Amino acid sequence: MLKYRIIPCLLFNDKTIVKSVKFKDLRMVGDPTTVARVFNERKADEMIFLDIMASRKNKEPNFAVIEGIARECFMPLTIGGGIKNMQHVDKLFQIGADKISLNTALVKNPDLIMEIVKKYGSQAVVASIDAKKTDNGYRCFISSGNEESEYNPIELAKIAESLGAGEILLNSIDKDGTMEGYDLELIRMVSSSVGIPVIACGGCGKVEDFVSAIKIGADAVCAASIFYFVGESMISSKDYMSKKGLNMRLL
Amino acid sequence: MITVINCGTSNLRSVEKALVKLGAEFIVSDKKEDIESASHLILPGVGAFGETMKNLHNLGLVECIRKEVLEKKKPILGICLGMQLLFSTGEEGGINNGIGLVRGVVKKFDLNPGKRIKIPHIGWNDILGDEIRDIEILKEINEGTNFYFVHSYHAVSDEKMKKAFTNYGYDFISVFQKGNIFGTQFHPEKSQTEGLKIIKNFISYNA
Repeated sequence: MLKYRIIPCLLFNDKTIVKSVKFKDLRMVGDPTTVARVFNERKADEMIFLDIMASRKNKEPNFAVIEGIARECFMPLTIGGGIKNMQHVDKLFQIGADKISLNTALVKNPDLIMEIVKKYGSQAVVASIDAKKTDNGYRCFISSGNEESEYNPIELAKIAESLGAGEILLNSIDKDGTMEGYDLELIRMVSSSVGIPVIACGGCGKVEDFVSAIKIGADAVCAASIFYFVGESMISSKDYMSKKGLNMRLL
Repeated sequence: MITVINCGTSNLRSVEKALVKLGAEFIVSDKKEDIESASHLILPGVGAFGETMKNLHNLGLVECIRKEVLEKKKPILGICLGMQLLFSTGEEGGINNGIGLVRGVVKKFDLNPGKRIKIPHIGWNDILGDEIRDIEILKEINEGTNFYFVHSYHAVSDEKMKKAFTNYGYDFISVFQKGNIFGTQFHPEKSQTEGLKIIKNFISYNA
């Protein structure tokens, strides 16, 4: 049986690993390679590294830092932020990325997604969707939450799937860093409308939140604050989820 | 000396890191002479079937690999897409011939759309089957051990060989051994301690 995954998400602000609240108010967490090493030792199922400043500041990915992280990582590594062309993508795969996460490009440069799928396969592309509740219902944002796109999450998820993306990283801007639980309505909506796996992200504050996200349709759960600020570990989280009847890779 | 075959689209870095960790001597190459002089071949895999076969043909490596493995009995380990390429044909991106060391077709997961099962098959899943103990790269690895998978296609084969399976909607071939030819559908190099054991078993395998 396939196991549910718990994936720590490392946000990078071009200097250190940080944790945001609603995509703002960055708190410093630590040095990127040190944080990566800790999650590797704790046998996380995967790791996601997102440069949250690259796209906003129109910078390319920080290859040196990413290479340092890849070196620490004997598990699948997804890289996102600032990826604009095939040169970036080729270089990231060369230095140890396993998957590429695209957010802004999903809306602005869908051809890039198709090109990566053609060259590296669907499983190498993670479509990152940042959603927020507005007066017009849920809307998707790009450029680290700074620009509203023309799509709602279901529309964008379907576009991602049709372009060939292999997974969706579904982030709730409203819940990010609040630790008040995932946006379950958003997860239900998106995971029931596509046939590719959905990774829920944003809002996890306790182990029960992992279970709720999966029960409503997530295939994997992404979190950061719960590991940085609460002291839950991979082991305690997985034990709890397993006791609730979910298939987990126990360590 | 182990040669990691560079087919142009693969994530070679993770295989390299695993070999470094194991203290193995290896080179990464897309040259015939390095395939001919190698003791063991590793064909890693991130990429699309058609595109990668095209690269291997352009590099003139397909015949060379066939000769080294089939005639000279050189051990080869195909990982993920690399395993799929060892079969006769693949259906990803149209019908393409594979390297053809093992008879079989690489097909997309055929899952009942009513089930809540998604493609790609991504994540940690366990291996099953009575032949696990007979497959030489699975030495000291138990049935039920989890490995990391990411794929939408899997091999279907009636070839007489040792197989282990994984269940995703149905059982599919996740590891095989046909003499000196080995394949894993999962990524041992991304599967932490147990995965490294497989690579270690392979590089210490002598035909």
